[in-house]
Amino acid sequence: MAELLKLTAKDFKSDQEVRWCPGCGDYAILAAVQGFMPELNIPRERIVFISGIGCSSRFPYYMNTYGLHSIHGRAPAIATGLAASRPDLSIWVVTGDGDALSIGGNHLIHALRRNVNVKILLFNNRIYGLTKGQYSPTSELGKITKSTPVGSADAPFNPLSLALGAEAGFVARTIDSDRKHLQSVLRAAAAHRGSAFVEIYQNCNIFNDGAFETLKDAGTRDEYLIRLEHGQPITFGDSCVVHPPGGFGLSVRPTASVDPAEIVVHDQGVADPAYAFALSRLPALDLRNTPIGVFRAVTRPTYDEVLQQQVADAQAAATGTPEEQLAGLLHAGDTWTI
Amino acid sequence: MSKQVRRLDRVVIRFAGDSGDGMQLTGDRFTSETAQLGNDISTLPNFPAEIRAPAGTLPGVSSFQVHFADYDILTPGDAPDVLVAMNPAALKANLPELPSGAEIIVNTDEFSKRNLTKVGYAESPLDDGSLDRFAVHPVALTSMTVAALAGTGVSKKDAERAKNMFALGLLSWMYSRPYESTLRFLERKFAARPELVAANQTAFRAGWNFGETTEDFAVRYEIGPAPMASGTYRNITGNAALALGLVAAGVRAKLPVFLGAYPITPASDILHELSKHKRFGITTMQAEDEIAAIGAALGASYGGALGVTTTSGPGVALKGETISLAVALELPLVIVDVQRAGPSTGMPTKTEQADLNMALFGRHGEAPVAVVAPQSPSDCFHAAIEAARIALTYRTPVILLSDNYVANGSEPWLLPSVESLPDLTVEFASAANAPDGRFLPYLRDPETMARPWAVPGTPGLEHRIGGLEKADKTGDISYDPANHDLMVRTRAQRIESIPVPDLAVDDPDGEARVLVLGWGSTYGPIGAACRALRQRGLTIAQAHLRHLHPMPADLGAVLARYDRVVIPEMNLGQLHHVIRGRFLIDAVPYNKVNGLPFTAGELESMLEDVVKNG
Repeated sequence: MAELLKLTAKDFKSDQEVRWCPGCGDYAILAAVQGFMPELNIPRERIVFISGIGCSSRFPYYMNTYGLHSIHGRAPAIATGLAASRPDLSIWVVTGDGDALSIGGNHLIHALRRNVNVKILLFNNRIYGLTKGQYSPTSELGKITKSTPVGSADAPFNPLSLALGAEAGFVARTIDSDRKHLQSVLRAAAAHRGSAFVEIYQNCNIFNDGAFETLKDAGTRDEYLIRLEHGQPITFGDSCVVHPPGGFGLSVRPTASVDPAEIVVHDQGVADPAYAFALSRLPALDLRNTPIGVFRAVTRPTYDEVLQQQVADAQAAATGTPEEQLAGLLHAGDTWTI
Repeated sequence: MSKQVRRLDRVVIRFAGDSGDGMQLTGDRFTSETAQLGNDISTLPNFPAEIRAPAGTLPGVSSFQVHFADYDILTPGDAPDVLVAMNPAALKANLPELPSGAEIIVNTDEFSKRNLTKVGYAESPLDDGSLDRFAVHPVALTSMTVAALAGTGVSKKDAERAKNMFALGLLSWMYSRPYESTLRFLERKFAARPELVAANQTAFRAGWNFGETTEDFAVRYEIGPAPMASGTYRNITGNAALALGLVAAGVRAKLPVFLGAYPITPASDILHELSKHKRFGITTMQAEDEIAAIGAALGASYGGALGVTTTSGPGVALKGETISLAVALELPLVIVDVQRAGPSTGMPTKTEQADLNMALFGRHGEAPVAVVAPQSPSDCFHAAIEAARIALTYRTPVILLSDNYVANGSEPWLLPSVESLPDLTVEFASAANAPDGRFLPYLRDPETMARPWAVPGTPGLEHRIGGLEKADKTGDISYDPANHDLMVRTRAQRIESIPVPDLAVDDPDGEARVLVLGWGSTYGPIGAACRALRQRGLTIAQAHLRHLHPMPADLGAVLARYDRVVIPEMNLGQLHHVIRGRFLIDAVPYNKVNGLPFTAGELESMLEDVVKNG
């Protein structure tokens, strides 16, 4: 067991003034992350936050760790290069729905399929905030915004379905306002070796206020929110989740109408991503039946492990100093001497 | 029968055939044999972008030209003295470039009615007298190869495919090449199929013996070794040399090299080569796209590796935003652009120098980077080390502008000793740098103007950087007008003040009134043209820019010494524009954009005109 570093949340606060809009959900996430970081027991210098562009991407400036605020959509690519060459670091990507799913969609899915050892926190507020209120790739169909005065015409991405389609090893969802749950998901993500994808529902009180209110409101949340617990039957309010007879995927039934033995017991270790995918398809358009928690936690070799092993194997098979090896390489093949 | 042996000082041979005929391999082997003999060599492959264009058609013709001599040569030769044409398409495609008196060796087996019709020959050019001004050797290459391999058990198809080795054997005999290395090469190449080793070696020997016995080839040639500096040589292409230069840079910097690359012609061979050298601590990543490739390279640089990305023009266009980020972050990064003919997809297998503007100016905002260009295939090795040196010392992106001509061309390379290569050792920041004990990520080294390279993992130096404008010294986000003005000027100045060597001017008698100024891969043809003019008693000076940004400090003074400055480029005058704008001189442009390198001959006549008529 490594020496206890005795860090506190305060140690992770940078000297920069936090400049999100008052009331933004990002404050709660920042506080939750700063509060959680000491648990990692990793020295601050070995932690790196990398972001793209957008409101959420200001995040690294506020963390007293190493931080890189990069360009729109590219954080997963930049983090991949860092993770591949520095397996000793704990690397966190902070992104938003526009950053990760629109301009950076390609990098996100490829980082996940490669199983790059980075933790990706996607702050999903279903709107473009920094550019002042255009619809995003997670906005509901028909969304009326500045750029879509008569409603958006494109169907949204389901971020978890997308991540699972890329066979992400760790996929979870949580909510900005539920600090305890958020930190439990961060804990699980940090413990997972390999890509971890965490969608955080985040309220933009300026351009899309109340987008997730039904999941937070005491009057509705029990009927809307499914709290996934590994090894526990999936039940919420008066409902439960079952395998529909003769159908695909999963569906929600009134618990009273179901034989308790038929209620699905959540297993985050199912190797086939189809199970977690089915969970990701449960929510209705109005957010009814929204699961939160860890959908999937399945390990496989990480990208950096495989690359580093290839280098290590090649180095183990080589003899001589690097300079001697270089001289040998230059003189390889057909040479002649004059 | 003993054959007449004639001594030549130089020969240009072009092997041409269908893209599936193995002409690149044949040319490579002939070059290797020639290198063993000690001739000076320069080669130029020319192949279609299609991997297998329809057989026997003009677009499917692939060729390999090799120029070898008993003296120091600079180009692969303007026009071939000998054409090996494996089919009617290869003959027709190459005929316009053939001077009268050239020798043509044709594979008559492929001159069927059907193949002739495919390329628009109504009658066989072998019979209609249209080749009378050439010395034609009709050889039934395919059928003689098949006959030589009868009874060996190889399939007819495999036997036919060995016809390139028959042709190589014949040419090796004609030019008295040592062939042991080719026989050994075949053993390695077909190690998994011993019957093909035997078949190809037999075909090679059959070709050799055919030359020795047939009366059609009455003369055999010899080209003696060229007087070259003593040392050990190997033949190398530009892409291979560039890859080795990056390996060497990593060794000399004692840093891991991280290459992020997306496959693109004509740069992919650098990725292929570097992926073989993991023992040097090299990681190669085939990224999902060009943007990810440079992003990952930059991420690796941020972590303390030598980050490199390799691509061609379309890829550099996509990488522009990340290059600008690297400019703002002031981190080392090498961007290799193996230029090809554009715009858009253009002609991916043809050469051009039209990315200079993009390298110098092609980014949003004031985003200066250093730009370096190699002048020959083997020079790609040293240019790659120079690019890495600038990137590491001055913490900046550097664009290395190669092109298809040097990338795929080859020449003998005098192998340097490892000790003679520059020491690129870097020092990472390890402690606070401000008097008050703080770490200031944008506090500059007074000499290099570089900021500290503080890699994650270093205790006490945790800091945040990004694309937003940073305050001088602290690196904090800043919207202060005066600060932005200062930072923009500082970024420009720190690149502008990178010391680069003075311009080397080749002006043998010091009396030239005309200077020809080039950059990049045009060095060979310009140099050959200048030599030819001087041999004819004319005076001309030559200078070649290796550093396009910053330029040598004495460039203006050099230009001012001459009455006329001529700037040949394989674009519409991009360097010319810079020189005129910067030095206010009425330089003369000479431009060609047909996808092919300049010939020494065309530059010679153009320059002759300028020298004589001003």
